[in-house]
Amino acid sequence: MNTIVTLLLRRLGISLVTLLLVSAVVFLITNLLPGDPAQEMLGQAATPEVVEALREKLGLNQPAHIRYLNWLGSLLSGSPGVSLANNMPVAELVADRLPRSLMLAGTTTVVAVPFALFVGIVAAMYHGRRADSIISTAVMFVVAVPEFLVATVAVLIFAVELGWLSAVSYAPQDPTLGQFLATYALPVLTLSLVLVGQMARMTRAALIEQLQQPYIEMAVLKGASPARVVLRHALPNAVGPIANAVALSLSYLMGGVVIIEVIFNYPGIASLMVDSVTNRDFPLLQACAMLFCTGYLILVLMADTAAILSNPKLRK
Amino acid sequence: MSDLVQVDKLRVVARAEEGAEITIVKDVSFSIPRGEVLALIGESGSGKTTIALALMGYARRGCHIEGGLIRVGDTDVTALKRKELRSLRGRRVSYVAQSAASGFDPAMKIMDQILETTRIHKTLPRQEAEAKAVDLFRALALPEPESIGSRYPHQVSGGQLQRLMAAMALITDPELVIFDEPTTALDVTTQIDVLRAFKHVVAERGITAVYVSHDLAVVAQMADQVVVLNQGEVRESGRTGQIIKAPTDDYTRQLLAAARPALRSATVELEADVPVLAVEGVSAGYGKIGRDGRPAIPILEDISLAIPRGTTLGVIGESGSGKSTLARAIAGLIPPTAGTLKLAGETLPNDMSQRTRDQFRRVQIVFQNADTALNPSHSVERILARPLAFYHGLQEQGRKQRVRELLDLVRLPATIAEQPCSRLSGGQKQRINLARALAAEPDLILCDEVTSALDTVVATAILDLLTELRRELKVSYMFISHDISTVRAVCDDVLVLYAGRKVEQGGREHFAAPPFHPYTDLLINSVPELEQGWLESAAQSRKLAPVNARGEGLCPFLERCPVRIEGKCSTEPPPWRQLALGNAVLCHHTEADLHGTASLNTARANASY
Amino acid sequence: MNKLYTRLGIAGSVGLSLAGLWLLISLFGPVLAPHGPGEIVDYEVFLPMSAEHPLGTDYLGRSVISRIMDGARFTVGIAFAAALLAALMGTGLGLFSAVSGKAVDESISRLMDALLSIPNKIFALVMIAAFGSSVPLLLLITGITYTPGVYRIARALAVNINQMDYIQVARARGEGRAYLALSEVLPNMIHPMLTDFGLRFVYVVLLLSSLSFLGLGVQPPNADLGSLVRENMSGLWEGAPAIMAPAAAIASLTIGVNLFIDSLRGRD
Repeated sequence: MNTIVTLLLRRLGISLVTLLLVSAVVFLITNLLPGDPAQEMLGQAATPEVVEALREKLGLNQPAHIRYLNWLGSLLSGSPGVSLANNMPVAELVADRLPRSLMLAGTTTVVAVPFALFVGIVAAMYHGRRADSIISTAVMFVVAVPEFLVATVAVLIFAVELGWLSAVSYAPQDPTLGQFLATYALPVLTLSLVLVGQMARMTRAALIEQLQQPYIEMAVLKGASPARVVLRHALPNAVGPIANAVALSLSYLMGGVVIIEVIFNYPGIASLMVDSVTNRDFPLLQACAMLFCTGYLILVLMADTAAILSNPKLRK
Repeated sequence: MSDLVQVDKLRVVARAEEGAEITIVKDVSFSIPRGEVLALIGESGSGKTTIALALMGYARRGCHIEGGLIRVGDTDVTALKRKELRSLRGRRVSYVAQSAASGFDPAMKIMDQILETTRIHKTLPRQEAEAKAVDLFRALALPEPESIGSRYPHQVSGGQLQRLMAAMALITDPELVIFDEPTTALDVTTQIDVLRAFKHVVAERGITAVYVSHDLAVVAQMADQVVVLNQGEVRESGRTGQIIKAPTDDYTRQLLAAARPALRSATVELEADVPVLAVEGVSAGYGKIGRDGRPAIPILEDISLAIPRGTTLGVIGESGSGKSTLARAIAGLIPPTAGTLKLAGETLPNDMSQRTRDQFRRVQIVFQNADTALNPSHSVERILARPLAFYHGLQEQGRKQRVRELLDLVRLPATIAEQPCSRLSGGQKQRINLARALAAEPDLILCDEVTSALDTVVATAILDLLTELRRELKVSYMFISHDISTVRAVCDDVLVLYAGRKVEQGGREHFAAPPFHPYTDLLINSVPELEQGWLESAAQSRKLAPVNARGEGLCPFLERCPVRIEGKCSTEPPPWRQLALGNAVLCHHTEADLHGTASLNTARANASY
Repeated sequence: MNKLYTRLGIAGSVGLSLAGLWLLISLFGPVLAPHGPGEIVDYEVFLPMSAEHPLGTDYLGRSVISRIMDGARFTVGIAFAAALLAALMGTGLGLFSAVSGKAVDESISRLMDALLSIPNKIFALVMIAAFGSSVPLLLLITGITYTPGVYRIARALAVNINQMDYIQVARARGEGRAYLALSEVLPNMIHPMLTDFGLRFVYVVLLLSSLSFLGLGVQPPNADLGSLVRENMSGLWEGAPAIMAPAAAIASLTIGVNLFIDSLRGRD
């Protein structure tokens, strides 16, 4: 029991160190600019005094490591500065958008993960047979295609040709079930498709690796059915790798959200981030980037926990 | 209808690359009367496992049963459909795999895995099945039969797992049990107990069995009849006594000869000068070095030895005894944490980065696994040319010439030079490994289990080659092995390692008769003899009470020693005792005591030499 | 050549042909295109497919097929160079890490793990915001984005190889680190790393197209395949080929390379 706790604490520690490193990387990249942000914001016409005043206000006169620590402190205290584009506090902008993105990502996860596991397990059960090659080819096509192609085709079919769903989604306050479906159906469908492809592929690979182990041959020679071999023997041993596959795929979800929010005009955190890139609104950009990384690291941590808990060698 | 199993003209084919097919089992026929044990014996590639699996209607990936008849009871196995096969496997024919460690599902408790068979075939309700499993555990002499089933596979030792797998195979009272090399992965001292347990249940329950093995001595203990296989064909079959006493086939004779290694004497004139290698009080291990200077995982402790020029020192021990670590420490791959290494009197730096190129040159190492010791992306020529350029600075032309000479020295044709090493056979690869070591023109070659991964006939040829090279080149060897008969056959001196400590050392002649260290005694008497009935007459290992060890530097063999002196061995470090005949042991017993404690079998073991 | 196709199987051959076709287009597209990429060929915008305009016209009345043949070189060229950059940096670092001491290995690995935990698109977006998106910068940014991924695979591979007996033999011979890394370890990494390079190429194509689709990738007047989809988004409601054709072009490129690599891997 103790070893498990130690291992989990170690994982948590590693995640925190990783997050700190990520923040340093994000800060470094966004501060490597050769130009002067204050000058850039005010344009060439501004007088040196005005520029200097803004520099002072933004804390640009301090050395880099102090600025980094200040920024880190502001992130931790939940008030990471003011947006350069519209002078609103970053925290406020983010707080408005975050729940919508979480809703989108959450719904997608709930839809995609069980389906992906099902597809991956079925493919592994029929490994080397027709059903497997059909699934694998389909999955490969889905994975190899850009999200925006899937999205445009989906819009073309469901919104343009069939007219069932709206291509532009926004969530009204307190939606009815019908509204909810109409709003989320297309974004979730599109996101899920790519995600299912990624996850099913890795689930299948993890299971097939287990299926080549000698204990599987032993189970077959005990007279176990293929379903029993996969579900009772291969699957429990593949929980770790599958959990990792799920976490890794959810990193694609983070990226996919960016495209989907833009395509469907969805007012979430990702479209906010794309705007901040266009406007070179660094306080907002940094905050968004850190949010995405934190979200991803939490998912990986959950996957690692599942892997550790499922390892019988650590049980007593 | 007294034959339970009948196999007639069985053919199994494997699909090779580019769609070609190779027949790996060619028209094999045999039958097994009820209640008898038939052994399938052969080297790798003989098709013995393939035949055994075919009895369950099973062929591994890429293989299929092409023709022939397999009958078990009244059932024609080849005619069964998928579902019918499932009800045959595990119920009527069951299987004990070579490596129980990988044959058990790591994520399931052992009892659940054993009861899974009864559940699949609905033979017994859970309660009864569990009681039956515990009975089987007891019959197989497993410790704590009531509770061992509630453990996970990684919590049980290899020898116990192997017996647990037998229990799993027997739980459904199958008509036929297949034992597929069930003791090959075990140490000899463990093997003997497992064999005894198997023999006991087979006799007690009148089980019909197929026993697959490469080891004639093991087969002699277990089987009533023997089928000798080579390259997928039957060479000879008959009653066990006839096969081992009066074989009619040349190949069988070859196998028998290889199973009894002849003593090889390399009459090298010894110069009485400084030993090629002297190891003084060396300790080594893995992991962080603690404040006391000891590594986190200590492996070797306080090893001293000397190898005079032109001689061979055998190092023997079981898995985990530290014998490979010793070779690696000498080669510089693991820095010793204490002690000194001396090469012809000159101290070798423990840290490998401090060693000179010439010091590296004079000690070469050859590994067990010839496959992984050769870089698959290099040709034979490149492999052999590198040490020539590295140590001797030979230019292209000189290297080419010397590579030919080296190939000739290890009895390989010169045409092999251009080939990638993936095309070579196991024996050829091991010869290339030797040639690479010889290219350095070393004083000492460390041979780490160099014949263990090879078939016996091929291994014999390598041993002959080593002996010839020693005579021709006057090179010294440190020959590491787990197999006492091989060590005795090629070495001048023998050193016995147990749990990282030296427990006995002496000339090979002393290892033919007692007095021995109690561990050496166990080791020697656990090696099966090539005669029927040996297993029954071999001394039984006694159940030992746990010891309450107090103190540092106690005897490493304490826990398993059948002749330990309560109160003395568990509290005082044993002395290093020089015996009159010339060997030395780490033991509290006096020489006279050791004579008395040696097994009854030693006299018989002695007689065969 | 015939032998190669039988070895690859149907899927692999289709894949190889598709990939080869796109390589040719990216090399000779501008020469072979019926019109210049900026040339307005019709007053009608978003025309459907016809003999005159094989893939219709775009939102300004330009020839879609000409614009695709011109844009392919950006997509293929940048992606190829970026994948190569990532492969060289990742493999080099991974190899160095694997044969170095524990401290060096740990620090490089930690940093790479941190970079890996930034989702690819987010990482690329941050760099684009900071540095801009000229063609050389895009190449560099997408290359850097995928370096940690290559590193992880290369290092794992090198660490595995490093434990093989033949490496131990070479170490016991007294060989230096450089020899071990370059002559003993590297040759055994090349095959799997080439496969990885192919997959990375596909990833970079997808990333680059997505960036351009967001308007943050290749900037006008140049246009890669992703930009072509973006600029014609207003034609979506008409189902114009101007939007579907470049999207399908990307898909045929990535699927082609994937099919080819899958068939190679199946033989290993």
